[in-house]
Amino acid sequence: MDVSIEVGGDAGQGVESAGTGLSLALARGGLHVFGMADYRSRIRGGRNFYQVRASDRPVRCHSDPVHLVAAFTQDAAHAHVENIAPGGGVVYDEQLPVDETALIRKGIRPMPMPLNRVAEEAGSKATLNVAAVGAALGVVGYPLHHFERVIFEKFGRRGEHVVDINLKAARASHDHASSKYGPDFPFRLHEITGAASRMLINGNQALALGAVAGGCRFISAYPMTPATTILEWTAARAGELGIVTVHAEDEIAAVCMAAGASFAGARAMTATSGGGFCLMTEAIGMAAMTEVPIVVVDVQRGGPSTGLPTRTEQADLLLAIHPSHGDFPHIVLAPGTVEECFEAGWRSFNLAEEYQCPVVVLSDAYLGGSLRTVGPAAFDWDSVVRDRGSFLPPEILDSREDYQRFAWEDSGVSPRAAIGHPRTVHAPSTDEHDEAGHITEDVGVRRRMMEKRMRKMDTALRDMRGPTLYGPADAELTLVCWGSVAGPACEAAVTLSARGTPTNVLHFSDVWPLSPDLPDEVTGSDARFVAVEQNYSGQFAGVFEGTTGLELDGAVLKYDGRQVSPRDIVEELEREVMQVV
Amino acid sequence: MSEASAVMDRLSVKSYANEQKPTWCPGCGDYGIMAALKQALVSLGIHPHQVAIVSGIGCGSKLPDYMHANGYMGIHGRPLPIAAGIKLANPDLTVIVTDGDGDAYGIGGNHFIHAARRNIDITHIVENNQIYALTKGQYSPTSDQGFRTTTSPWGVIEEPMKPLELAIVAGAAFVARGAASEPKHLSELITEAVRHPGYSLVDVLQPCVSFNKVNTYEWYSERTYRVAETGHDPHNREAALAFAREWGDRIPVGVIFKRQVTPFERSLPGLVKGPVTARSLDDLGRDTFEALKKRHS
Repeated sequence: MDVSIEVGGDAGQGVESAGTGLSLALARGGLHVFGMADYRSRIRGGRNFYQVRASDRPVRCHSDPVHLVAAFTQDAAHAHVENIAPGGGVVYDEQLPVDETALIRKGIRPMPMPLNRVAEEAGSKATLNVAAVGAALGVVGYPLHHFERVIFEKFGRRGEHVVDINLKAARASHDHASSKYGPDFPFRLHEITGAASRMLINGNQALALGAVAGGCRFISAYPMTPATTILEWTAARAGELGIVTVHAEDEIAAVCMAAGASFAGARAMTATSGGGFCLMTEAIGMAAMTEVPIVVVDVQRGGPSTGLPTRTEQADLLLAIHPSHGDFPHIVLAPGTVEECFEAGWRSFNLAEEYQCPVVVLSDAYLGGSLRTVGPAAFDWDSVVRDRGSFLPPEILDSREDYQRFAWEDSGVSPRAAIGHPRTVHAPSTDEHDEAGHITEDVGVRRRMMEKRMRKMDTALRDMRGPTLYGPADAELTLVCWGSVAGPACEAAVTLSARGTPTNVLHFSDVWPLSPDLPDEVTGSDARFVAVEQNYSGQFAGVFEGTTGLELDGAVLKYDGRQVSPRDIVEELEREVMQVV
Repeated sequence: MSEASAVMDRLSVKSYANEQKPTWCPGCGDYGIMAALKQALVSLGIHPHQVAIVSGIGCGSKLPDYMHANGYMGIHGRPLPIAAGIKLANPDLTVIVTDGDGDAYGIGGNHFIHAARRNIDITHIVENNQIYALTKGQYSPTSDQGFRTTTSPWGVIEEPMKPLELAIVAGAAFVARGAASEPKHLSELITEAVRHPGYSLVDVLQPCVSFNKVNTYEWYSERTYRVAETGHDPHNREAALAFAREWGDRIPVGVIFKRQVTPFERSLPGLVKGPVTARSLDDLGRDTFEALKKRHS
């Protein structure tokens, strides 16, 4: 059981709420779910869709092909014919002039239904999206009661009448679709009774949850797709969590506020996307120079410049590795799954405080915005470590003489204390400074301070995790990837292995500083190494080769703003790379 | 605590002295501003560990280096958001920004407008010498029209910014102008600005003896007058705007405008539990964490 349903229509027709509602209804029935939004940079009009993949086994990425499309418009009914599996279907309103023969030619079943009439008879044309979800569930044979509960929760606050018309629309279309199209439809979904209750969460939410669990109590940000939901999630819970959230006037203010809050002793972060990250870079250098720990989240989107505002890419890696002028220490993490987003949420603060430097967390639109089911144990309070490194608490400061903020230490890390205590009075400068923080241009002090700061990178390297190797050790092919490509790459490896090419995945979540050491299975392997990345130039491939000295045999690169799918990887490897190497 | 209270007992201007030698030119207006700031902090009973003095880049922005007090010397134009972060993380601190006119009104202009609008309880002292000094003599947003500098060899074309007027219009709670040559009066203005809740601007006429040969001590002293002596009520917004626009033959100094505001931080839901810096990292607690998770299922 592994079925993907796509709901599609114009922006403003409730595509996303239909998709998330459908995801929740399937998750509550015990299924593993992956839900991915695909939308354009506009508020109304233009075709959006939402893909929901459901399975009885864990799924870590979207599916290509899909099995059923529920279309609100003629355009949506035609749009993804190429991506629909033979035997699949398209549900659409019977009044729409859909080219049925084109569908049939591809082995896809046209499923015209009175969706608009159902919506109107229920009481509102606006329930079209609910009617479409009801119909889709009817076609795949899934019961309606989970979706009914979702409707009740979503519309309950707006009154019984609103709940009733939505329930009516869902029921009518579910009945109609299940009797007319359900019996012959080959792709079925059914409840799994007794399954553990799972969370349905996206990468941005998981990252925010991890951050607050790890003690983050300050978030300043400027809204920028696809990072905005991090600020929104925390702002909505600010009172309950006791977290300061500021909608800053721009990204420069956002990162400077976070640095100020951290200087005062708070765990502070900011979240943005590529263009905003560019604006923040000078302040990232500032935090590194003054040794103020901050966490900067870059939820990447297509670039350069405004690029593809609502779409995904992994092309900010080199910028994240070199985000400001001068030489300075900092760390870059690139979580690959929602579980890793949660972990990066708290772990980034431990690293930032331990090394008193900026930590950049690279996510992307795909990872940040896609919903996935995870078991309750995946995010565990007891798994969260809150390590402030050499941060000095007031009780130690009471008896400490001669505090020097930038005291010379072999590790490069000087004990740090928040301001406010009588013994910690200091004023760090972004100019070069001495051990007390005073401005200096002395040759010897400059050299010593530079070396002190940069030594942190050697120390930090010990805390950087090596790559994870998924799949068989004795592979013929190794897919080298980082960040959100983990899910599609692992699934592609399973397919390639099943087709006779034993394939594994070498996935990096800690990307800077990058350890030159690779797992023994990899260094002793004579497999062909192929990078899989979501950018034009193979940014990670270059960093990987430069650091490990291991030469890659090829690359699967995608830069059209759509996330690479398992099928993309398999087809590309079978077509191009395998022939070349 | 006994140690801390012993420190408390000895507060004087000397409490704020350190051994750094200012790199300011002899006669620079910044000396007067620093003296006034120290005196104001002493008269307010604020100790060096209770204050954070944040600056940007430029001659005046080196001020925190020359005082024994908490400080942060950041990057060009950004001290206001840095100060905002400090204040919002720990509202118990007195937070002061000292920066120049280029920093405050040029590169940091956006932050200036929004600091006034947002009204976090910060006191902003602008060392306004109408010139870029550390980069050796270019014109600034407050330079007068016709002023010749290395980047305005035929004279400044733009009209100068009127920072007091802009601050009032943008929503600042307190707006004043002082003169570096009158440190006692300036220190009274800073004292009142720090006491006043919300964003407070103290724009200071600060002669640059090296690069600004027009707006000198004499030039200012011939023109300045105390606005209080006119009977001005700073709560009168329209009258305040008229004084804020006045520039040229007569330049008003003193408290130009004030109004009562609720500082931003007092309305922040995230601070109801107290300063975030005073709480433990795991104060969220398992129950709240589990409740957060439950809303995602």
